[in-house]
Amino acid sequence: MIGADLVIRALEKEGVEYIFGYPGGANLPLFDSLVGSKLKLVLVRHEQGAVHMADGYARASGKPGVVLVTSGPGATNTVTGLLTANMDSSPVIVLCGQTLTVNLGKDAFQEADVFNITIPVVKHSYLVSNPNDIPRVMREAFHICRTGRPGPVLVDLPKDVTSKAFESVPDDTMDIPGYHVPEGVDRKGVEKLAALLKTSRRPLLYVGQGAIISGAHREVLALAEKLHAPVTTTLLGKGAFPETHPLAVGMLGMHGTAYANYSVVNCDLIFSIGARWDDRITGKLSEFCLDAVKLHIDIDPAEIGKLIRPNASVVGDAKLVLKELLPMVSKLKTEEWLSTIEGWKKQYPLKYDQPLDGELTMQYVLDRLYHLTKGQAIVSTDVGQHQMWAAQFYLTSKPRQWLSSGGAGTMGFGFPAAIGAQLARPGELVVAVVGDGGYQMTFCELSTAALLKLPLKILVLNNRYLGMVRQWQELFFEDTLSGVDLEGNPDFVKHAESYGIRGLKLEKAADVDAVLKEALAYNKGPIVIEALTERHANVFPMIPAGAAVRDMIVEPTRRKMAKPEGST
Amino acid sequence: MAVEAVNNAGAAHTISVLVADKPGVLVRVATVFARRGFNIDSLAVSPAHQKGLSRMTVVTHGKEEGVTQIVKQLDKLIDVVHVYDYAEMDVVSREMAIVKVRTPSDKRSAVMEVANIFRAKSVDIGKGSVVFEITGSSSKLDAFESMMDEFGIIEMMRTGKLILRRGETPT
Repeated sequence: MIGADLVIRALEKEGVEYIFGYPGGANLPLFDSLVGSKLKLVLVRHEQGAVHMADGYARASGKPGVVLVTSGPGATNTVTGLLTANMDSSPVIVLCGQTLTVNLGKDAFQEADVFNITIPVVKHSYLVSNPNDIPRVMREAFHICRTGRPGPVLVDLPKDVTSKAFESVPDDTMDIPGYHVPEGVDRKGVEKLAALLKTSRRPLLYVGQGAIISGAHREVLALAEKLHAPVTTTLLGKGAFPETHPLAVGMLGMHGTAYANYSVVNCDLIFSIGARWDDRITGKLSEFCLDAVKLHIDIDPAEIGKLIRPNASVVGDAKLVLKELLPMVSKLKTEEWLSTIEGWKKQYPLKYDQPLDGELTMQYVLDRLYHLTKGQAIVSTDVGQHQMWAAQFYLTSKPRQWLSSGGAGTMGFGFPAAIGAQLARPGELVVAVVGDGGYQMTFCELSTAALLKLPLKILVLNNRYLGMVRQWQELFFEDTLSGVDLEGNPDFVKHAESYGIRGLKLEKAADVDAVLKEALAYNKGPIVIEALTERHANVFPMIPAGAAVRDMIVEPTRRKMAKPEGST
Repeated sequence: MAVEAVNNAGAAHTISVLVADKPGVLVRVATVFARRGFNIDSLAVSPAHQKGLSRMTVVTHGKEEGVTQIVKQLDKLIDVVHVYDYAEMDVVSREMAIVKVRTPSDKRSAVMEVANIFRAKSVDIGKGSVVFEITGSSSKLDAFESMMDEFGIIEMMRTGKLILRRGETPT
């Protein structure tokens, strides 16, 4: 038995099914130990893809996703994935091979100080220099990555450490005196939430991914229905509350629905349940909900008061806190408020124009995807215009149904994350919704998807532009386009076919249903649908970056706007 | 330290951080300050009395909200066992310095006189210089430094502030 066996044994003990990996000199002992283990290796084509797969697996299942890469460039290729997982609180474990401990700091072949490189983008990290520490470190890594506010943990494993021979398994007792997961519920704090809720006539529940991670969706629904309070969800909170529910106002923020954002502007109380007042939500902080009472539940104490100082807050697990809160609250007099919101819904619905004989719009394709899948698919998006339209038109009803890179906005996330999600939930329909830009950053993983014969649908919405950047150049930089035209794109159908993957081309609105139905019925492996869409549409509603929520632009506009200030 | 200070406005804060004695902990702590643009004015680290733990005293300055957020972010670090931003009155605080002062023979007695007033100890005497050791509050050291500057300080080194909470309760 060697150190590498201890690592693999620890993974088995944690019930890990898949390991997303790429071999190299420094992780050879680990790859050797994998043979004959219970773990299934998913051989990726680039380490960034491995982390996004593990992240997608984690988001779709709630269980940690595990990555195994080699030292140097193998390890540094995981940095984007770690940032993505860290920003979105996703439990991912990255195991890196490393050069021999005696060579550390001597510029050995494929040496990178990945421990220090990744410090700002992990929840925690280890450089294992004593082989006896392996079982303890592995146990701590899993414990840390999935408890409290989840996040990625990196374990750097020098080759001499993984090669060390053992007669028996060293002790795995955890030694993390500084790590405390908030336990129990501060009843006094919950009473204060209840007291402030009582007087509200225009409340708004603002629900983020924290509610999904905590498994609080039933409690959120119960609270909304008991209070008769409308609910808005963040981009990552999609699925925490059914968007088809009469009390739902959909997504809020920069590209949220007009009625969600009008609710934000006009509410007298806003109650964050596992959402962190991100700048894409609040716009100009100094003008955000000035007159409204603010309540906040978060498991991470560092989020309370970071951007918004709440009138009352509780640090804890959303589900436990809401369970405590529910018996303390009763129906609020919200009839007038709900009818005002109903009016906004009628007056400012999400809409698009799709002439049947005209150019294809992304919104129409996504709207049809939503209807043809009855809103039941697990949707994994990339980043950009297609992501925002998918968020607007693909309404979710279940937690862990919507995977998207929110905090980091990582292009290249959508497709590999969908591979991870499909592995986590094999019997279910998984659709990767990607743009032509982001897709090309990680589409080498088509090999991975093809080898695994995953029945994944990859919908490439191809407008031959980096559409979101073009939109900003049009709106804020006097229509001067710079570096956004993706001429030189491949034919994505032929590209898929070269991997032995079926591809369908979609060009006309009249064909959308037939092509999507064909793709949805196909089950022999992955399928790529390339939709060639019109090029110039912009995403609305829009709150310009750094502007106040009330400055939202509801309808498409050609008017010149001030360059963003105070925000990117 | 080499961190661009953008939060210069605001009072000095003395933050005591009890950390697990693990590799990288100093980098993690420093990163929290650096990322938010806070300057570390002084930093003292030593083993704590408890096995496996170290104690850091960090002096920084900045606006109250910013420092509060830094304390929370430090607390979030897995290796940080306890962190607190102490008010001056709640702690005993000491700092030590060694200061090399230029002392031409005609100035030597004047230098020694100032040193005596500050109860600084001379620990090395050369032809043209004296090295003093001085312990006390940081402001006493500041005053000593400014007095000795009149004669000419060749070089000096300060430990940075050390604090412990007053009374029986641990820091």
